[in-house]
Amino acid sequence: MAAFIVRRLLAAVILLVVVSMMTFAIFFLVPRLAGMNSDQLALRYVGRGATAESIEATKERLHLDDPLPVQYGRFVQGIVVGDEFNYGPEVVKCPPPCFGYSFRNSQPVTALLIDRIPVTASLAFGAAILWLIGGVSVGVLSALRRGSVFDRAAMSTALAGVSLPIYFTGLLSLALFAYHWKLWPNGVNYVPFTTNPLDWAYNLILPWVTLAFLYAALYARLTRASMLETMNEDYIRTARAKGLRERTVVVRHGMRASLTPILTIFGLDVGLLLGGAVLTESTFSLPGLGQLVVDAVFGNDLPIVLGVVMVASVFVILANLIVDVLYATLDPRVRL
Amino acid sequence: MNRPVEEWASLVPMEDDAPTAFLDVRDLRIHFPTDDGLVKSVDGLSFTLERGRTLGIVGESGSGKSVTSLGILGLHKGQHARISGQVWLDGEELVGASPEHVRRLRGKKMAMIFQDPLSAMHPFYKVGDQIVEAYRVHNEVSKKQARKHAIDMLGRVGIPQPSERVDDYPHQFSGGMRQRAMIAMALSCDPELLIADEPTTALDVTVQAQILDLVRELQSEFNSAVMVITHDLGVVAELADDILVMYAGKAVEQGSARELFTAAEHPYTWGLLSSMPRLDRDRQDRLVPIAGSPPSLINVPEGCAFHPRCRFCELSAPRSLTEVPVMTETSPGHRVACHLEPAERRRLWAEEVQPLL
Ligand SMILES: Nc1ncnc2c1ncn2[C@@H]1O[C@H](COP(=O)(O)OP(=O)(O)OP(=O)(O)O)[C@@H](O)[C@H]1O
Ligand code: SF4
Ligand SMILES: [Mg+2]
Repeated sequence: MAAFIVRRLLAAVILLVVVSMMTFAIFFLVPRLAGMNSDQLALRYVGRGATAESIEATKERLHLDDPLPVQYGRFVQGIVVGDEFNYGPEVVKCPPPCFGYSFRNSQPVTALLIDRIPVTASLAFGAAILWLIGGVSVGVLSALRRGSVFDRAAMSTALAGVSLPIYFTGLLSLALFAYHWKLWPNGVNYVPFTTNPLDWAYNLILPWVTLAFLYAALYARLTRASMLETMNEDYIRTARAKGLRERTVVVRHGMRASLTPILTIFGLDVGLLLGGAVLTESTFSLPGLGQLVVDAVFGNDLPIVLGVVMVASVFVILANLIVDVLYATLDPRVRL
Repeated sequence: MNRPVEEWASLVPMEDDAPTAFLDVRDLRIHFPTDDGLVKSVDGLSFTLERGRTLGIVGESGSGKSVTSLGILGLHKGQHARISGQVWLDGEELVGASPEHVRRLRGKKMAMIFQDPLSAMHPFYKVGDQIVEAYRVHNEVSKKQARKHAIDMLGRVGIPQPSERVDDYPHQFSGGMRQRAMIAMALSCDPELLIADEPTTALDVTVQAQILDLVRELQSEFNSAVMVITHDLGVVAELADDILVMYAGKAVEQGSARELFTAAEHPYTWGLLSSMPRLDRDRQDRLVPIAGSPPSLINVPEGCAFHPRCRFCELSAPRSLTEVPVMTETSPGHRVACHLEPAERRRLWAEEVQPLL
């Protein structure tokens, strides 16, 4: 097991390097291939009101005329050993992992990321708990009462749930709960957990429920299908033949087998969301990673995009690793 | 048992006269409504079995053998199955009993060895834990005691180093070992009725013989009643005292094993006997398959269900095309469901069938 984890961590590092190269190439190589020169690239950082001097100065400071591999090397060096920026009135220290400097925000990217990650994490973990409990229990009950009124109602709702986009359900819930019934008269305003846990939860309820509804619908359908399949297995019949109570048959034998694959999908979904729940964040104006990257893309803020992509990749790769280890512990047939 | 012939054939449920046999199945019917129609998997089956005896149930694939055994254990509940008739076990009727009551008997009083031991064991739990679970549902013992019992049972069924293998998962066992573990699990509560559904199908010949020996040994030790279900007459020849031949959900012939191997009277049984591999014959003489394929259980042929495949159909026509033959005693303890005259059947057996076996 330990050897497996070490091996996977190594693979994860290699994967991260590849991802960083590719992202770097997309943002720095492709524009060049498309015919942009370093003046035009520098213009992106300076923004409006650029003069010939400021462009020249920016080019110099960002070493935009250096060969690409050297630039990439500098980027990696920042991540590993940190960097220092000298663009404003004072020198800004950027300890590792340093993803560069955002001129538009006049801040190192890492500071921005650290600001935004808790928001996205709050949203993702809260919603994940809701949808895991909700989706799985509805799915299991539906499977056990296949064809019943409950099953049919649940599955129709789930079908609606997976087909409705977040910005629709999100705006609808805002319109109804926040503005019509005035349960959130001022809308949703993120409050950090450390400032006030109650306010934190109160403001996140709508985004949690909206995001969880979509995933719960998906998970209810997955769980139902998996459970139906499992309950038809021969080993379930064996469990009944032993004289076990039906509860034990369902929980210890049925759910144990049918939920294992669901749990792995769950891990991957959470990992993916941690990189930014773009739609939910923009619907509820939550200042998370998703918002950050959307703003950065529209504002041509390359260092931020690069930073968010790197962070998101780390989450996804970590989630994969955790899921693999989890699966191996849950399913004895998997050899590591 | 010498019941009047009519009573065996009766289609109306019989009164609850207390049965004398340990297991007494009376007019058991198990039908499944499906989108294509009503599947009559078991259709009026009656037989008895005493403790210490072994009954072999034979028949082609799809003749209703597994459905019968699951029905006796009450494992069709919740499957939309329509079940009628009676199953008396040690003086108790089970078809009408509460599911909770039948559950308490399951695994303890009656146990089953399943057809495919790989899919029949939970892939996520250790073999030992699965036996422990079976033992602890019915016995108030500590985990430690139960584990010791599981190791004991594994040793008894011939698993080498049982105290280590007890912690293996099913996929770490070979097919034969899995079947043994399955047997250990079924026997863990000393069941009085043991149903073995094709206990050897998935195994190679040497392992087959070992498993059959094992069942026989354990039976004599526990004095249980054993039902062996198979489509292989070789297996019943090894094990069974009595044989019940099933075709399309019904019994077509029943008698002592000796009687059925030396004086079978039903054309379907003749077919089964002639398709039995024999080592002392040339290849071309052996393995005469029964022509045609088993009937659909939704549209069972009119009259004698076997008639489309029967070589002797003309001899019994026209009754075989219109009238369902009922089980009729032809000699003490030997019953046959065929319209041919008993004398005619014996002549055909002696002249046309037996010489070719
Ligand atoms: N739950 C069910 N619903 C509908 N039909 C069923 C069901 N269970 C069994 N059957 C049908 O009942 C028939 C008898 O099946 P059964 O499993 O008893 O056959 P078998 O004699 O054990 O055959 P084999 O030798 O292949 O094991 C089959 O045609 C099967 O398709
Ligand atoms: S009744 Fe006729 S068709 Fe049926 S088994 Fe006997 S001889 Fe064959
Ligand atoms: Mg079967």
